[in-house]
Amino acid sequence: MQDTVKEDDILLEVRNISLSFGGVKALENISFDIRKGEVRAIIGPNGAGKSSMLNVINGFYHPQEGEIWFDGKLRHHMKPHQVAKLGIARTFQNIALFKGMSTLDNLMTGRYIKMHANLFSQMAWIGPAQREEIEHRQKVEEIIDFLKIQSIRKTPVGKLPYGMQKRVELGRALAAESKLLLLDEPMAGMNLEEKEDMCRFVLDVNEQFGTTIALIEHDMGVVMDISNRVVVLDYGKKLADGSPDEVRNNEEVIDAYLGVSHD
Amino acid sequence: MTPDFLNTIEVILNGLMTGVMYSLVALGFVLIFKASGIFNYAQGVMALFAALTLVGFQTGQIPFAHLVNQIFGTQVHHWGSGMNNLIAILLTILVMILFAWLVEKLVLQHLVNQEPIILFMATIGLAFFMEGVGDLMWGADLKTLDVGIPSGGSFWWEDVTRTWVSEGYEYYGMYIDLLDVWAAGIAVLLVTILTLFSQYTKTGRALRAVADDHQAALTVGISLRSIWVIVWSIAGVVALVAGIMWGSKSGVQFSLSLIALKALPVLILGGFTSIPGAIIGGLIIGVGEKLFEFWVGPLIGGATENWFAYVLALFFLMFRPQGLFGERIIERV
Amino acid sequence: MFYRESGDFKTSYLQDQQIFPILQDRVFVAVVIAFAFLVVPFLINDYWEKSVLLPVLIWSLAAIGLNILTGYCGQVSLGTGGFMAVGAYASYKFTTAFPELNLFIVVLLSGGVTAMVGILFGLPSLRIKGFYLAVATLASQFFLVWLFNKVPWFYNYSASGQINAPERLIAGIAITGPNAPPWATYLFCLIFVVVFALVAKNLTRGRFGRSWMAIRDMDIAAEIIGVAPLKAKLSAFCISSFYIGIAGALFFLVYLGAVEPTEAFGIDKSFLVLFMIIIGGLGSILGSFIGAAFMFLMPVLIKNILVNGVGWSPDIVAHLILMIVGGLIMFFLIVEPHGLAQLWRVAKEKLRLWPFPH
Repeated sequence: MQDTVKEDDILLEVRNISLSFGGVKALENISFDIRKGEVRAIIGPNGAGKSSMLNVINGFYHPQEGEIWFDGKLRHHMKPHQVAKLGIARTFQNIALFKGMSTLDNLMTGRYIKMHANLFSQMAWIGPAQREEIEHRQKVEEIIDFLKIQSIRKTPVGKLPYGMQKRVELGRALAAESKLLLLDEPMAGMNLEEKEDMCRFVLDVNEQFGTTIALIEHDMGVVMDISNRVVVLDYGKKLADGSPDEVRNNEEVIDAYLGVSHD
Repeated sequence: MTPDFLNTIEVILNGLMTGVMYSLVALGFVLIFKASGIFNYAQGVMALFAALTLVGFQTGQIPFAHLVNQIFGTQVHHWGSGMNNLIAILLTILVMILFAWLVEKLVLQHLVNQEPIILFMATIGLAFFMEGVGDLMWGADLKTLDVGIPSGGSFWWEDVTRTWVSEGYEYYGMYIDLLDVWAAGIAVLLVTILTLFSQYTKTGRALRAVADDHQAALTVGISLRSIWVIVWSIAGVVALVAGIMWGSKSGVQFSLSLIALKALPVLILGGFTSIPGAIIGGLIIGVGEKLFEFWVGPLIGGATENWFAYVLALFFLMFRPQGLFGERIIERV
Repeated sequence: MFYRESGDFKTSYLQDQQIFPILQDRVFVAVVIAFAFLVVPFLINDYWEKSVLLPVLIWSLAAIGLNILTGYCGQVSLGTGGFMAVGAYASYKFTTAFPELNLFIVVLLSGGVTAMVGILFGLPSLRIKGFYLAVATLASQFFLVWLFNKVPWFYNYSASGQINAPERLIAGIAITGPNAPPWATYLFCLIFVVVFALVAKNLTRGRFGRSWMAIRDMDIAAEIIGVAPLKAKLSAFCISSFYIGIAGALFFLVYLGAVEPTEAFGIDKSFLVLFMIIIGGLGSILGSFIGAAFMFLMPVLIKNILVNGVGWSPDIVAHLILMIVGGLIMFFLIVEPHGLAQLWRVAKEKLRLWPFPH
């Protein structure tokens, strides 16, 4: 990682985002940026607004105030599927796989935005449609190899154990070959071994594919180990922003996390 | 007042009365939906089944007589004497409770945690099944049902309204069916009782708890299964009331179960979880379809009542998917 | 023990993506299709044509159509009868307005018209889901049937309000009308069914099918990977209605010959097709065939046994059938939500491992 950052090194920047539901403020005046090629962690206690932040980034929620800049351009009001086309993929806190489909089909669906064969060639399954299908199958097989999920290629994902489902979901997000990958608690509910595997995958994705990653995680050890920079949210406000070390030593963060009594 | 104006009022009044009938069926839907999240398509067939059973008890029919005769070559039809109205109604209620218990035991219990749409389709299956059972049990012929509710036009009302018309017009007075008035009264009574029941009894509180949150209700020791049986029993009783009203009006036959289809748009308007919604939705649909038929029907060939309610509901859905009184659905990721 | 894939190695993704990856399956399907095209036309008589083959073929097509919408895309529709009516009336208008038009084109155009109507009635699906949508589709069912009853233009101002299929020939052989030979009507339907079953299979295993299934399984996740709900749902409505429209056109032109909308395309038809796909298997093309055959033939069989065999009254048997159908629906939803097609798959799986199941 370079230490000095130029303007065009920034992949995504949120400026003064405020989001509220009815009277409840979920996010208040949040600004931060994500640099190209980094692993950026968003942390904070439960209800801090982390997931809301991800939902804002991929267009599921629309903030009342603030701007989102992606790849040097101001992003206007967009629906999630339009955001996906810009090159932002994500995973969910509660696994959101397509349960009726096999691992392979889940990953192939992940490549939806990359495929373009028209309806009629699809109907006949000849020419472009078939070529495209095979081409993308190759890409998907690469991801399957990368995640070491060859053996469950054709298993319906509903039947897989939890850890495997998380891995398939990561695979589906990878299949989109996005510029920015959002991971919402990728290690929640995993045992130590599974966590280590997942950490390895996240770092490999970052290094091998050069994908920029923003992740939400509760396990502070994991966060400190794998992220380049950390932003801390609490009650919808930004508490701190900086390198893991800076954040670790930040007085407010320690208070928020450890609940040091103020009385 | 001109006869045209008076005619319009008559149409509106009759629409309101029809609306009450729709509301009665919709009420059964709402009860079950609130307590179990099941969209019970079979509610209309339950009304048919209840009415068939009531007539069967009243006239002393032997259940499954046709089937028995067919299999054993016997010639049985009736027990010899019928039953008192009150006893027949009580027995029918018992049958509906037994039915609720069976449905819970044999169907719902095995479908816990399935998606709502699967449950919906299962209740379509249930509707077919019950229709078959009802017909086999009591025969599919058109039956008249009379539990002593007055019916026919009200002469008093006709005389009163005849005097309303302005000088120089000829007008014969408004027609309003006494049965409809009674139905409206009974519906009001039923809703009052249900409201009191859910507000002031222990079971009622449990019902509301389950409606709010299944999991939470379970943790405080409410048995979901017995709640479901209770709710389906209540819905069965509501179906019986609806069946009596519709049956007295137009006879007990298969078409009675089709009122369930009419109750669906009522629910969309009123919201699936709101009892006042079901009532107001029913009234809107009742008045709406009668007025539409009165004003627009003649211009486009009539019989618009077949589809008006659905198309109205469709437009409504586009603008307010949660219904008039339903809670707004916030999607979470 | 010969039914297995061992030794049948796939060396390319192309091979792995075949519709029937197992050799024995391919042979079996080829034999069935060859039999249907080359042998059945010589054996067929009036009874088999009208009572078994035509209805099963046509209902299969309708079931595939509804399965695309409900089984693959997860949008429950109770408007199938109405959409079949659109196909039927469109084909009637085309055949009477353009007597020279080839029947294949008539049927395809009727499907196209139905697809347009389907898109129109599919629009609410963008705002509403689940049984709300099911209720909304009822609007199309009742409105369309009413429309064909009340607007004389649709039935060419005929006094009876019925529509009758005029005689039309292909290569000198009558396909519609009373003089059509059984083998000709059968082959005409068979061609549509075989071609469009294959097309449905291709669509559902490719990009479109995956976008439908994604919407069905988890619409939020689907949107986030770039599937536009508008496009996915409306394309499902469009294709599904196309199939149902073709089925409606064949139902009227070739099978019934004369149609009265309330009778032929009532709400009971919508339920019938829905039951076919539940029992056959939601999200399965093969299941659509099994379900259509089962739901159509089962009552016929029971009726034959009890009415003609044992001599029961048709009334009682009809009620009994209602009970059985309703009971089966609940049974399948409880025990095997993926229908008969899944039972078939499980059986094949067992066979594949036999005689060493562990």
